[in-house]
Amino acid sequence: MMARIISTLYAAAIYGFIFLPVAVLVLFSFQGTLFPIPPFNGPSLRWYTAVLNDARLTDGLVNSLFVAVTTSAVATLLGFLSAWGFARFHLPASALLRGLITLPLTVSYLIIGMGLLIFFNWLGMPKSLIAAGIGHVVINLPLCFAIIYSQMGEHQANIERAARDLGAKEWQVLALITAPMLWPALFASFFLSMTFSWDEFVIAFLLTRFDTTLPVEIWNLLRAGLNPKTNAVGSLVFGVSIVLAIVFELVAFRKRPQ
Amino acid sequence: MTALVSVENVSQTFGPAKALDSVSLAIQPGSYTVLLGPSGSGKTTLLSILGGFLQPTTGRVLINGADCTLMAPAKRPTATVFQDYALFPHMSVGSNVAFGLRMQGVSTAERTAKAQEMLRLVGLEHAFEKKPHQLSGGQRQRVALARALVVEPAVLLLDEPLGALDLKLRRQMQDELKAIQKRVGTAFVHVTHDQEEAMALADHVVVMNHGRIEDEGSPERVYARPATRFTATFMGESTIVAGQVDAQGRIATALGVFDAPGLAAGSAACIAIRPEHVHVGPAISAIVTAVVYQGSFKRVTATPIQAPDTPLLARLPAGTPVQEGAQISLGFDPAEVIVLKD
Repeated sequence: MMARIISTLYAAAIYGFIFLPVAVLVLFSFQGTLFPIPPFNGPSLRWYTAVLNDARLTDGLVNSLFVAVTTSAVATLLGFLSAWGFARFHLPASALLRGLITLPLTVSYLIIGMGLLIFFNWLGMPKSLIAAGIGHVVINLPLCFAIIYSQMGEHQANIERAARDLGAKEWQVLALITAPMLWPALFASFFLSMTFSWDEFVIAFLLTRFDTTLPVEIWNLLRAGLNPKTNAVGSLVFGVSIVLAIVFELVAFRKRPQ
Repeated sequence: MTALVSVENVSQTFGPAKALDSVSLAIQPGSYTVLLGPSGSGKTTLLSILGGFLQPTTGRVLINGADCTLMAPAKRPTATVFQDYALFPHMSVGSNVAFGLRMQGVSTAERTAKAQEMLRLVGLEHAFEKKPHQLSGGQRQRVALARALVVEPAVLLLDEPLGALDLKLRRQMQDELKAIQKRVGTAFVHVTHDQEEAMALADHVVVMNHGRIEDEGSPERVYARPATRFTATFMGESTIVAGQVDAQGRIATALGVFDAPGLAAGSAACIAIRPEHVHVGPAISAIVTAVVYQGSFKRVTATPIQAPDTPLLARLPAGTPVQEGAQISLGFDPAEVIVLKD
């Protein structure tokens, strides 16, 4: 009995430790007064209104969505093509090359961001959303590759062979057979990439200047001091991330018919 | 009659291993050819070369007189039914069957009609809208067959098409395959390791072993007069008895002396006796070592007293009173004995 109470308390403490900060953030986004500190005297939507009336924040939101969608699409496409290449062709030093393609997963975003900053500088390419987008493709491509590659098997190779035998050209095999067969993996890669791109800060901070993404705009807001508006915009970011994560889970872990 | 497909001196090496060793084969239009052999005999390699999935190391493949050796699978007049069916899992049965026509640019209405017709041929007209995973193994097999036949190939290649089915369904599908082949008149080339399947289906059996063709011909001929010792043991069961050819052109074995026309005097040879040719009768006294009741017959193994090293296999009527350990007298007609070069 005692052990059970202790273990329940322990579990509650752990979940509290993880979720309490977020819960407090969300709670005080509905604060009615000027400061996000107790006592809570809401709920009020005035800070959400303030967020939506702030052009810099709404621009950042649109920019973030744009970067997340396009970079995820590019990363998924490139990941799909490279996974297909590795799965279907005998390449020299295949294991080494596969290792190299997944290597960025282990490198910190700061290093990748700095590397790209120096490289773009050397190329004479200005800081921009496109530069940050390239950075997001760099961090998400290994992930997409790993997810899609893990789903490619010999059985599908035979199905591709059957399509070729029936007269399909190589691009038709990819577009009509391989991609639809791997649809769950492609979808999962896309949404996981979106989740990571959506709240990525370091690379976007280093590689953008005038037009920037929402996390960087939030950073700018925070430098001016705490107010419930930061809570409101943080809650919005969190909400979108949750939706993306749920979609990813549904796609990646649902039962598939054979 | 000119051959529809000619395989000329085809060899295939994978590294140091020789999968095919100078194989030549002719396939006639409208025939049902079965490539029969144990795993590793090269039969699937040969089928892959016919289908264009492999390029032979040396040799040529002619289809309708045209050299197809290096032609891509899509370009050659062959279609393949894969062992695992390889249906497109995300498409309906109808779209699966119509896929080849879609790739040829046939209009939707026309290809739907043709796919329907082909599904009717294989007895699956009701399954047009279903997905492959909703079908049983035998039904998937038929969809794969319809999908390959709809493009009207000159040669249909079947890679162990019945391998994944249970025995009963397999025998049933065999009859259907044969009936469908008769109806469409396309030449079928079918790979299997099941000799019963080969005998039931083939007009022309090609027995393969170690990358070579051991024997080919009608199933009746290959069974009754196998060309090699391997064929005699792989196509049905036999008792093999070694012997020596004498100056009169006869072979002397532990079970008697038999005519061995065409064999050089002094050479080693052997005889094969089919179990169904052995009956209860005079000549050979033997001790019964095993009796397996098989319903319509008893499969009896007996050790002849005069040749204790060559257990004789016999297929006796189910009612024959035989006991393990008992002595029995067995005989066979010398005319049924198959003489083989060693």
